[in-house]
Amino acid sequence: MVAAETRTKVLEVNDLSISYGPKTAMSGLSLDVYENEIFGIIGPANSGKTSFLRAINRMDAFDSQMNVNGSLRFMGTEVSAWRNDYALRRQIGVVFPLPVGLPMSIYDNVAFAAKLRGVKGKAALDEVVERCLTRAALWDEVKDRLDSLGSQLSGGQQQRLTIARALSQEPTLLMLDEFSIAVDPVTTMRIEDVLKELKKEMTILLVTNLVQQAERLADRTALFLNGSLIEIGYTDALFEGQTQDQRTKDYLEGRFG
Amino acid sequence: MTARFAATELNLSNYRTERRYRLMLFSMTAMLVLPVLIILAILILKGAPMISWEFLFEFPRRGMTEGGIYPALLGTIFIVVVDLIFAMPIGVAAAIYLSEYAPDNWLTRAINLAIINLAGVPSIVHALFGVGAFVIFFGFGTSILAAALTVAIMTLPLVIVATRESLQAVPQAFREACWSMGASRWQTIFTVVLPNAISGILTGLILEVSRTAGETAPIMFTGAAFFLPFLPESVFDQTMALSLHLFVVSTQVPEVPEALPYGVALVLIGIVLIMNAISIVFRSYLRGKKKW
Ligand SMILES: Nc1ncnc2c1ncn2[C@@H]1O[C@H](COP(=O)(O)OP(=O)(O)OP(=O)(O)O)[C@@H](O)[C@H]1O
Ligand SMILES: [Mg+2]
Repeated sequence: MVAAETRTKVLEVNDLSISYGPKTAMSGLSLDVYENEIFGIIGPANSGKTSFLRAINRMDAFDSQMNVNGSLRFMGTEVSAWRNDYALRRQIGVVFPLPVGLPMSIYDNVAFAAKLRGVKGKAALDEVVERCLTRAALWDEVKDRLDSLGSQLSGGQQQRLTIARALSQEPTLLMLDEFSIAVDPVTTMRIEDVLKELKKEMTILLVTNLVQQAERLADRTALFLNGSLIEIGYTDALFEGQTQDQRTKDYLEGRFG
Repeated sequence: MTARFAATELNLSNYRTERRYRLMLFSMTAMLVLPVLIILAILILKGAPMISWEFLFEFPRRGMTEGGIYPALLGTIFIVVVDLIFAMPIGVAAAIYLSEYAPDNWLTRAINLAIINLAGVPSIVHALFGVGAFVIFFGFGTSILAAALTVAIMTLPLVIVATRESLQAVPQAFREACWSMGASRWQTIFTVVLPNAISGILTGLILEVSRTAGETAPIMFTGAAFFLPFLPESVFDQTMALSLHLFVVSTQVPEVPEALPYGVALVLIGIVLIMNAISIVFRSYLRGKKKW
């Protein structure tokens, strides 16, 4: 435990609450996420997992309904106090539950973030595209059709495309929201292997509704339930039954509700 | 080896209902299309013999009972072009603002309501507004500019509504994916939203051209002349226009050969159809580039 606290904190969350109009989606959330860990978040529907991710990359700026209160520091700086939202978001890659291949070519999907960052020149962009697609385990399948539409790939390929796209941001933090919901088990395993590799270079926030996925990947896991944090613990310990809260135990064992 | 099952009474009744509704909907569609086809057929039958090089490119003669429609044709094109120069950028920009930027509050709702109402104002009222505003207040006189601006204001709602609808049809997930990569609203609109809304914007453009070419009352008061023996030299000159010319040769001058108004009407419709054809070709070209 002591060792963990000397690591850099990528996220420091203190008494965070999120609401949409009169409806509270998350309250009193406090947690820290450290550099180079995979931090799993599990919990049933409506527990506020997606809302938490949206608060981190300041999607509330685009949603007049959404209100975020409390303290949320990314790399030591309050997210609302960042130089600008765009610079913040460029450091945070997001993968959505359903693959969102932007309606442009495979190449452009991956080159887009690099262009936003100011990377110029075909050679430099080519390099980014090849590197990110390779790391997302997609390069071999698409290298001959980079000009075709991203949305013409299969669901599992598209999800790897969105991972490649997120990687092209060279993110400090990678947030995955139930990424395997529309992906077959084989592809899921391939992506999971990729994530284990990526962990060496970045911090990963993994929201998942598959308890076993958290068990396989996450160093630490948090259980959210109806807009509150129930428990955080080392994943191994939690799955060995060392839980503080009965609800965690029930949820992990699939006896819930 | 396919197993076959006998249709139950319920299946049969489902088929019958299905057939009945399809027939009903089809006949409604036919009722809509039939008058259009008949109008077109009559126009072509009676008007086509009029169409000739001379008809299109010569001045009217003998009190407009002979000769061509060149100044009116050119005038209509001028008015449409000047109208588009104002209406398209303003309409598209307003639609982008309303769809992508405007907060959902009473002001936005009031603006949306105003746009719908603007579309419902009778054209003669717009004509009088155009006289007051452009002809007199801004001092453009009765001119192509005043006429085009009057029609532009009148038809702005078409462009705004068509564009706004097509922007809103672009899935929100695209925007969120783009924003989450650190793109600004404008970068998102420019790279993802607009390219995917282009066909709706083209629809707005077509509606705009058709309406502008066909309007009579608003331009009659603000810039279109009964007859002019010369062509306009700038946007501050008056011009003849097809729609007004059609009105004039059908009702205002005696002894016009019967086919002449049909010829004028056919040219007017022809402009609209050509614009439609161009936009269809352009749209399928865009689709060929596989933007979606
Ligand atoms: N954009 C939004 N506007 C209004 N309310 C929202 C919005 N997004 C989420 N909510 C509300 O916030 C609450 C928490 O939703 P959230 O999406 O964070 O849950 P979740 O844990 O991600 O659930 P799931 O596992 O189903 O994805 C829900 O009650 C939901 O209705
Ligand atoms: Mg969710």
